[in-house]
Amino acid sequence: MRLSVSHISKAYHGNMVLEDCSWSFDREGVHVLMGPNGSGKSTLLRICSLLEKPDRGGIAFFSGQERLEDDMALKRRMTLVLPQVGIFNSSVFDNAAFGLRIRGMARREVERRCSEMLSLARLADKRFQRAVTLSSGEKQRLGIARALVIEPEMLFLDEPTASIDEANTRIIEEIILEKRHGMSIIMTTHDRAQAERLADQLLALRNGRIAGED
Amino acid sequence: MRDIIESLSRALFLILNLDGELRDIILLSLRVSGSALLVASAAGLPVAVIMAFGRFPLRGLFVNILNTFMGLPPVVVGLFAYLLLSRSGPLGFLALLYTPTAMIIAQAILALPIVASLSHSALVSVDPIITQAATTLGATPFQVSMAVIREARYGIMSGIMAAFGRVMAEVGAILIVGGNIAGYTRVMTTTIALETDRGNFTLALALGIILLALSMMITLVLNGIRKKERVEPQR
Ligand SMILES: Nc1ncnc2c1ncn2[C@@H]1O[C@H](COP(=O)(O)OP(=O)(O)OP(=O)(O)O)[C@@H](O)[C@H]1O
Ligand SMILES: [Mg+2]
Repeated sequence: MRLSVSHISKAYHGNMVLEDCSWSFDREGVHVLMGPNGSGKSTLLRICSLLEKPDRGGIAFFSGQERLEDDMALKRRMTLVLPQVGIFNSSVFDNAAFGLRIRGMARREVERRCSEMLSLARLADKRFQRAVTLSSGEKQRLGIARALVIEPEMLFLDEPTASIDEANTRIIEEIILEKRHGMSIIMTTHDRAQAERLADQLLALRNGRIAGED
Repeated sequence: MRDIIESLSRALFLILNLDGELRDIILLSLRVSGSALLVASAAGLPVAVIMAFGRFPLRGLFVNILNTFMGLPPVVVGLFAYLLLSRSGPLGFLALLYTPTAMIIAQAILALPIVASLSHSALVSVDPIITQAATTLGATPFQVSMAVIREARYGIMSGIMAAFGRVMAEVGAILIVGGNIAGYTRVMTTTIALETDRGNFTLALALGIILLALSMMITLVLNGIRKKERVEPQR
């Protein structure tokens, strides 16, 4: 699946955040978006993940040459993990299973995918724990596991390792590197070294526009 | 002082022997208040959900009215239910006055705003990040609402328990519409009022003790629920 961002603008209360911003995300792998605080990275990710609409311009998803209809089915082929993950007050496993259960997936398949992803996120031994009692690093890992069980074709990660220690950061980076094949991961970070470790493509958001940084 | 101690020991005797009359009164209390709570929840939860998720004019006003009705004086509810059910009232043809059904109706009216209002605040105080998380994971608007309701479940449960405590303890409403017919409409609170009036403290005290124990249990359950709501790890 390809994502084409064309000429989008977004302002909040007359304050321009994105201005005539265009980019084409047409390769699989990790696209790392950097930029100062308030430059509009989170805003861009919310727009790309169809959570918010731009004021002007538009985004379009393509599969091969075919332009995909902007509907629930399309929304379900991608997901965004927010900086504060938004953990449900239920068990770790139920959190991981949310995206699959709302898709009406069979129990055995839910069990299989969640077990696999919880292991990958090193949360297998915590599957029965109340998820709101997890540490912030564990919550972040759960947020990523919860997104990955859906097997999205496009995964947006907004500062997946902000306010997280080195050990947890390393686990999350390993997950990203392991999962980058067969999907597009578009993530933001303020950590230059991390960006260089992970990026297949390095991007910068400046003055409301995306620029490549190869 | 001697009288009190004597009544108290006889009251304990009644309780320990599970006296038949005492038991019937307790069971009727639980049946009336329990049914009222079921009715109030069945009507109040949808109201809370509509108030929390619906977008319609004057919503804020409705929420305020609901909050105000939470503190309805039981006697006023009793009076209102009486007018509704009395022979000349709009529901008079049902001949429900001075029956347990009338008491259930009165207590349901009393409990409904409590259930609806507390459930509504539980729903609107769910962190908006939950809505966002559910949405990003591919939930339809309906599924998002269900996720929010699920998130608010402990708050909703404590609202229902609070309403239960309120109706179990009230006397004004049921006395007016139920009267105090022995073996038919006498519940714990009305019996306490009547027997005290008559100077028969034994039964009144026994029921008082049971009522206290019951409200203690309700408080314990409420605390248990609130612990579930809290975030820090519990061992
Ligand atoms: N819902 C909103 N209402 C008003 N202003 C907003 C809203 N969302 C974002 N903004 C503003 O838009 C600008 C860009 O915000 P955004 O969160 O996209 O930046 P960011 O690049 O993600 O920053 P950071 O690195 O700090 O996360 C900021 O100035 C912010 O105040
Ligand atoms: Mg941001």
